[in-house]
Amino acid sequence: MSEPLLAVEGLCAFYGRAQILHDVTFAMGAESVAIVGRNGMGKTTLCAALMGFTPPSTTGSIRFEGRELHGKPSHAIARAGLGYVPQGRRLFPSLTVHEHLKIAARGGDGGWTIERVYDLFPRLGERKRNGGAELSGGEQQMLAIGRALLGNPKLLVMDEPSEGLAPTIIEVLIETFQRLEQEGLAILLVEQNLGVATSLAERQLVMVGGEIALETTADELARDQELQRRFLGVEPVARETA
Amino acid sequence: MFAILYVLVIAEPDDGTGGGWRTTNFGSALDDPGGFLQVLLDALTFAGLLFIVASGFSLIFGLMRVVNMAHGSFYLLAGYIAYEVQQSMTGEGFSIPGSEVNTWEWVFPMIVAAACVALLGLIVQQLLLSWNQGEDLRQALITIAVSVIIADQVIAHFPRTGVFEVGGGNAVSMTWPGWTERFVDLRLWGVQYSLARLVMLALGVVVGILLYLWLYRTKTGMVIRAGVDDRQMTSALGINIQKTFAIAFVVGAALAGVGAVVGSSQGNIASGQDTQWLLNSLIVVIIGGMGSLLGAAAGSLLYALVLTFSASYLPIIGTECCTNYSIVITFALLAIVLAFRPQGLFGRAG
Repeated sequence: MSEPLLAVEGLCAFYGRAQILHDVTFAMGAESVAIVGRNGMGKTTLCAALMGFTPPSTTGSIRFEGRELHGKPSHAIARAGLGYVPQGRRLFPSLTVHEHLKIAARGGDGGWTIERVYDLFPRLGERKRNGGAELSGGEQQMLAIGRALLGNPKLLVMDEPSEGLAPTIIEVLIETFQRLEQEGLAILLVEQNLGVATSLAERQLVMVGGEIALETTADELARDQELQRRFLGVEPVARETA
Repeated sequence: MFAILYVLVIAEPDDGTGGGWRTTNFGSALDDPGGFLQVLLDALTFAGLLFIVASGFSLIFGLMRVVNMAHGSFYLLAGYIAYEVQQSMTGEGFSIPGSEVNTWEWVFPMIVAAACVALLGLIVQQLLLSWNQGEDLRQALITIAVSVIIADQVIAHFPRTGVFEVGGGNAVSMTWPGWTERFVDLRLWGVQYSLARLVMLALGVVVGILLYLWLYRTKTGMVIRAGVDDRQMTSALGINIQKTFAIAFVVGAALAGVGAVVGSSQGNIASGQDTQWLLNSLIVVIIGGMGSLLGAAAGSLLYALVLTFSASYLPIIGTECCTNYSIVITFALLAIVLAFRPQGLFGRAG
């Protein structure tokens, strides 16, 4: 592959004088990559920096399909092909489900339409007229994903999509993500839930203290309990394999 | 829920004072229902005007988190512009008899004035505010500067006609179209009420309906509501929020212009009213909550009710006394709202 889909180089991010990201460098093609790490390691800041939010103030380079996105406004980054599913969903409380999708729809040929989102998540179709705040956690997450998809992204940046959801819903979401991936959508998944991260992405980047501390694979990460304890501070997920 | 509570708490002493104290301008609502109705209509019609001016302010405040301190100056400037346009259309004269003014000669000055301040708003937003995105304090300071400049320029150059010398910022009035200059018999307790004031209320309602349709039925409106909720997330959907800001600023400024024409027709326009209307708008938004149409309506209504009723129903001792304290009661209302709902009646926390 000549040009990676996303190439982040030397990305630093600051909130005021506090530096949160230190020289984050990684590249990914049209694949799924997970960024795992404990709370407060800078994962959400990385998403904010990718999406061009200010604060944080950032230095470094974010190249997407060869185009420099660093310093561009958020809407230009989104239109370049990055879809964002933020932590905590961040739905608009004063908009209905349908309105969320309506303002997000970009149109264009062969892209996502509101109908396609309703086909993907039939439950949203049943709740068209409901407000964003009236949905269950799972439905909210579906709406946040559908909203991001309508921008016809090539890369979906998802920040903790499994947070606060019941295991059955998480399974539904993972299936959905896998389906989207097969359709050629790249996913950058930021997760604390190792089960979700490892079942979705082969490449696992471990983030510690605002840096990518190491890259590993889903299998290795799931197997290596010492690694999980050291970097993620989680109790191993794959206890039965020990 | 709180809103109802406030209305109850506030509305009660209004009626009660009229009944319990002998020395008010009007008798109690029971003894003098006509007087009560008159005061109520005064309040409602004033609320209409308040709403026109404050809804624009609230829109800008809620969406951009910019306290547009120049809102009052836009009002002032628009009032004078409309006055000059009307003067040139009807022939000069310090006070033009209403019979010589037709509807177009009232509406056209309004369109011109609203368009002028809308354009000015767009320039301020594009030239001064857009590159200070996210610097809320800096933006507020910039709008203060703009407000001072406009207010002083208005004093330097207005009024131009109908007075002995140009400038000075003296009080002048627009003239309502002739057909509104009569009293309507409401056939209720013998009350005759000014048609012009009823038109003022109707305009407030029309502006409210138009804003509602715009915000809730069009895509731009949806984007604006999304932006009020979460600016960052809105732009992360590929929406150029700067464009939306500009639209909101234009509409907000134009509403100040429309309000100024109505206000200067009912009363007058004079230098100093810029700060007064900025304050009025601020109070409405503090009561109602920023960025909420319903909040602007509720805030206007409550503010107008409290101000008008306390001015009419506070006891008179001697010749002066307590009616002068109606403004104090207004701030009591503010204090109550802030104590129980700091984000305003219809505002969102955070």
